[in-house]
Amino acid sequence: MEYTKLKVINNKKIGSDIYVLKVAKYNEIISPGQFFMIKCWDDHLSLFRPISVYNVESDAVYFMYRTIGKGTEKMAHLKKGSEVELLGPLGNGFPVEKVKGKIALVGGGVGIPPLYETAKRLLALGNTVDIYLGYRDELFGFEEFLNVSHNLFVSSEHGNEGYKGYITDIFHAEQYDAVFTCGPEVMMFKVRDLCKEANVPSWLSMEKHMACGVGACLVCNCDTIHGTVRTCKDGPVFFGNDIL
Amino acid sequence: MMNRLSTTINGITLKNPIIAASGCYGFGREYNELYSVGMLGGISSKGLTLEPRQGNKGIRVWETPSGMMNSVGLQNPGVRKFISDELPFMESLGTVVIANLGGSLIEDYIEGIELLNSTSVDFIELNISCPNVKTGGMALGIKNEVAYEAVLLAKKASKKPLMVKLSPNAENIVEMAKACEAAGADSLSLVNTFKAMAIDIHKRKAVFDNIYAGLSGAAIKPMALRMVHEVCKNVSIPVIGLGGIYCVEDIIEFIMVGASAVQVGTANFTHPLIISTLIKGLEDYCIDQNINNIMDIKGII
Repeated sequence: MEYTKLKVINNKKIGSDIYVLKVAKYNEIISPGQFFMIKCWDDHLSLFRPISVYNVESDAVYFMYRTIGKGTEKMAHLKKGSEVELLGPLGNGFPVEKVKGKIALVGGGVGIPPLYETAKRLLALGNTVDIYLGYRDELFGFEEFLNVSHNLFVSSEHGNEGYKGYITDIFHAEQYDAVFTCGPEVMMFKVRDLCKEANVPSWLSMEKHMACGVGACLVCNCDTIHGTVRTCKDGPVFFGNDIL
Repeated sequence: MMNRLSTTINGITLKNPIIAASGCYGFGREYNELYSVGMLGGISSKGLTLEPRQGNKGIRVWETPSGMMNSVGLQNPGVRKFISDELPFMESLGTVVIANLGGSLIEDYIEGIELLNSTSVDFIELNISCPNVKTGGMALGIKNEVAYEAVLLAKKASKKPLMVKLSPNAENIVEMAKACEAAGADSLSLVNTFKAMAIDIHKRKAVFDNIYAGLSGAAIKPMALRMVHEVCKNVSIPVIGLGGIYCVEDIIEFIMVGASAVQVGTANFTHPLIISTLIKGLEDYCIDQNINNIMDIKGII
């Protein structure tokens, strides 16, 4: 973990409220599923925003985010050459080394970004990777996932493309050796429960409001069978059956 | 070499007047990954209670203009685990260690103090002011006479200098400070967070399960400064000022109104390296202003 300021290479709009921010090379090793605290305002008014790592290249790091409030609105205005403050990489990430075989990645909405880098690593480790992406209405970013999966399944609630309904309707846990998921809690818990029934291990990437991002302030609590733990430091990825 | 920043509180010398505020800094481990936290004047531990606590349910943080609200609810490993697992690390840092102690029952406070008596902690900071615990804490911090009784018993039990952390929600902050001094407090720290509220209008519900939460950050600084000023005019024990400190100028303001040291909390979240830059900035200020020791400007207002 380090605190650093990096230059924006570009900040591309890929959906009505979805952006991909590309920043210059970062020196530290980043594990798939880790996140950064990001800030691009120099005043003391606003906290950092926790954003997961979408893609890591030798000369750049990418973050995909949705504009949902003050902070991300400001991020959307970032231009090439401007500076962003980053604190990270933070958290544990998905246990890509622990799993083997046929792996499913299930993403929902703006929870899909960390699955991209995760899929890349899983493929490099020789696994078979199926990806399930669930959207509400507008689809974004899914074409990229064709390059990092053996099979890609897409759903939307309006059915404009792919399956009409929830992604969990077409996800069959029993086909897999392990499952990683990131998205709305209701979707992740459904995935976790389906995996539990099929006796397949699952890992969930939890999202919480955060302040410090490093494990000091205890506001991003997650209730687990091991007690109340910190999402930023002890997570954000937890073994599905551990989460209460 | 001249130490322009040193300050002495209850006979204990801090190498500079900057202390990490309780609840914002854990036990120093996390920020020690970013810079050497041994450079601080002191660290006030995450608020401890006799027994471990899991803290509050629901949302615990909410951003506000120039500040944030929190409702952590004293999640902590308990005094015994602090002593066995965290204190050895804090001792190794070379900074003054302040054990912040909260609770609901006076008996628990006393037992916690007795456990801490036989450790190396430099101060016990008695938290009589946490707004996020439904019993104790807040009530203690609001009524002078309740606080007086609690501090009296705590002082009797304590072999360590007793720093009492005051709530800005006290009925009368000056009378509260005087009551704590009369009961034997060795020093005071103020202010803790302001009791505040937020609503989620879409859910038509209060944001926090506890309804109210504690407001901190730059938004509270002018009020905190006023309270520190008033208290410093009315007590003779050392006062540690806190509440929304973000920059060197803020620290100087608190010292000018009478603080012997300051605590920095919420600013760590928006500026992860802030304390290291504040120490340097304060030193530069002294050199620039030809001040031999920062305490030379203490209480000039």
